[in-house]
Amino acid sequence: MMHIKPILAALKRHKAGTILIALQIALTLAIVCNAIFIIHQRLERVQRPTGMVETDLMAIHSAFVGMGDNQGGPLIKADLQALRQLPGVQDAVSLNSYPLRGGGWSTGVRTDVDAKDSKAHTTQYFGDDHVLSTMAVRLVAGRNFRSDEVVEADPRSVPDPSMVIVSKALADKLYPDGSALGKPIYIGDTKKPTTIIGIVERLGVPWNAMWSDDFYENSLILPVQLTSPYTSYLIRAKPGQLAEVMKAAPAALVKVNRLRVIPSERGVRTFAQIRDDAYKGDRGMAILMSVVCLVLLGVTAAGIVGLTSFWVGQRRKQIGVRRALGATKRDILSYFLTENLLIGVAGVAIGALLAIGMNLWLVTQFEMARLSLVYVLVGVVALLLLGQGAVLAPALRASRVSPVEATRSV
Amino acid sequence: MFAYYLQLGLRSLRKNPLLTLLMVLAIGCGVAASMTTYSVFRATSNNPIPDKSSQLYVPQIDNWGPDASKDNKGEPPNAMTYTDAINLMRDKRAKRQTALYPAAISIVPTDPSMLPFRETSYAWYADAFAMFDIPFLYGHAWTADEDESHAAVAVIGKALNDKLFNGANSVGKNVSINGRDYRIVGVADKWNPEPVFYDVINTNGFDDPIEVFIPFTRAVELQTNTNGNNNCSHDPGKGWDSWIRSECVWLGFWAELPTTSEADAYRAYLNGYAAEQQRAGRFRWAPNTRLRNVTEWLDYQKVVPQEAKVSLMVSLGFLLICLVNTVGLLLAKFMRRSSEIGVRRALGAPRKEIYLQFLIEAAAVGLAGGVVGLLLTGLGVMGVSLVFEPDVARLAKLDVSLVLLTMLVAVLTTVLAAFYPTWRAAQVQPAWQLKSN
Repeated sequence: MMHIKPILAALKRHKAGTILIALQIALTLAIVCNAIFIIHQRLERVQRPTGMVETDLMAIHSAFVGMGDNQGGPLIKADLQALRQLPGVQDAVSLNSYPLRGGGWSTGVRTDVDAKDSKAHTTQYFGDDHVLSTMAVRLVAGRNFRSDEVVEADPRSVPDPSMVIVSKALADKLYPDGSALGKPIYIGDTKKPTTIIGIVERLGVPWNAMWSDDFYENSLILPVQLTSPYTSYLIRAKPGQLAEVMKAAPAALVKVNRLRVIPSERGVRTFAQIRDDAYKGDRGMAILMSVVCLVLLGVTAAGIVGLTSFWVGQRRKQIGVRRALGATKRDILSYFLTENLLIGVAGVAIGALLAIGMNLWLVTQFEMARLSLVYVLVGVVALLLLGQGAVLAPALRASRVSPVEATRSV
Repeated sequence: MFAYYLQLGLRSLRKNPLLTLLMVLAIGCGVAASMTTYSVFRATSNNPIPDKSSQLYVPQIDNWGPDASKDNKGEPPNAMTYTDAINLMRDKRAKRQTALYPAAISIVPTDPSMLPFRETSYAWYADAFAMFDIPFLYGHAWTADEDESHAAVAVIGKALNDKLFNGANSVGKNVSINGRDYRIVGVADKWNPEPVFYDVINTNGFDDPIEVFIPFTRAVELQTNTNGNNNCSHDPGKGWDSWIRSECVWLGFWAELPTTSEADAYRAYLNGYAAEQQRAGRFRWAPNTRLRNVTEWLDYQKVVPQEAKVSLMVSLGFLLICLVNTVGLLLAKFMRRSSEIGVRRALGAPRKEIYLQFLIEAAAVGLAGGVVGLLLTGLGVMGVSLVFEPDVARLAKLDVSLVLLTMLVAVLTTVLAAFYPTWRAAQVQPAWQLKSN
């Protein structure tokens, strides 16, 4: 191991450069830690499952023109019949919303009729007995609705349904002992109980925003076919026939009834597109942060190479003298590596504090999560390694300085 | 002298191409990242109606009470009930006022080969056109009397007029909305405030321009649904009538109050109104109202996306690091030429000349960095749609002011970064340098 004292003495004569490199390392660490943290958080959200089998799935939004809230019933029925008869279609359903759609209904749920506050927050999906098969969500307990149990309702006058299928997350939240099946729940303000007849393994909410993260898997399905003229059709194609159905389904709907609007933007999408659209911001943010991180590390490494090269150039003579006095090539190499390590340690020490400070500021400003110290540790190690890597080339050049240099210009 | 120093600078930069390239790329990347994210930030934090942003106000009335508002720092709901909006419209305490909501309506073209379609549509009062300074291409707004009589009239946007009437003056013609005829009284010229301040709640601040305007009174009479949010603290009961009489909030409201004294008077009026509702037994809590102007409202609603702020912060940090890096590299570069400086000083060049020479050299680096930055900013602005919603992304533009700003920031920051290395260079003692050679 090198003696540190002479290195420190030498650094004192290069205060400006030393401070600049340390500062750069510190700032880089602060930004890279927070950026990687943001990347990881975003990627975690992007990969979140909806509970549905997302292949061979598509959605169409449709609105009948000039209809009241109670007039859509027969038209939707005709649409569903046409869709389910299409050769490539396995099943189809009309819903008020579906996972990752963006807009939907949410409400509080109680298990005690007299409770003032709700026990859980959840989204509500309204559809018929084809919901489970179209979404291909897995029923883990109980049963599906029967077609004779499905009622029609104006969205402004939805009766309190007698039965409901809930997601496992919601069931566990409402009845933590696992006894949810067959138990009553009270949806919204109602005094009338709704019985849980089925539990599905997982079903996400229509939103992907931070505010809905708290109840992301709390969903319930009610056996109610809404009669509003505005509806979303979720369609499951037979395996491998999605492309044909994407063309055939909207055409079939227009053929059934022309007086409707299928929005030109986002009106007809495969579920892959829906997922892409929903998480565009998160994925983009992750890409942006990754690019910033990479360029930043590159810039910092380049800065270290530049300044160290300059120092090596400046000290050729001294290196020559040391070599002439018996220092080996390895001594010179380890001198520069140790020097960089010292500066790096100072830099990461300040940088770690900066990273935590920056995160605390982000927490207060943008309601972000707290930075886990693992990120800081990984960042510290990465930057120290980066420094050593960057200094290697100039240090090797220094170690090749011949002892003859000592004699030259003196 | 300037030209000569520039020439010297360029020569010295060429002598050490790798180091120069490093500096130019670092500055270019830093500037480009900052400018790209700034272009988004600038678009989203724009004042959409600068002449009137301190005269247009959003009133809020707490009709849900402390139980609901405690979750929201004591703030009243963001939107208004039909009951309150109608009462405020009836009292007419502002110079102009309007309730509004995005109406769920479709246009049915007369051409049978065209399918029905939707455009961004709002139901509001006649006052809104003058309030929001909406320019007219043909015709004019409908009148207050037509509001009163729930008239079947409409104002359409330029794009819709182009689509339906090939841009001809369509005033007096009919347009079929939801299967009913409306007489067109005016065609609005391009009006596209960014952010969409008039309906932040339903658009998050960014949406397509409005193409159809219809009277609020008629829309409600025909039970036209809202295309926006509807929030209820309790079950509103069954049917349309009980819904609009309920405490569900779903309407926007704007009041034009040209002076601060009028705004103060309106504040007092709002509190008086809430107190009256309390006396009538509708509210069981003390008046809790707000009155925010456009700027305050956009700020309160956090219209600037979180992404825009975070990425601007990160890129500014990035620029800072690039500058620290440039300070270091310039220092190395300048100090390497100590002997050259020594010779110049010994031959009689004052410190001022050394400063000038090296600052000009740095400015050349900055200029080159700016050009690289400009190219990367162009790429960045094109790539903005990767990160932001399309409604937001399309606002980011590389215009003349952004180009100038990019160059300015690049040159200024580089020259700023060069101050310390230049000062060090000017401190070089001629005697020391001459002696050692």
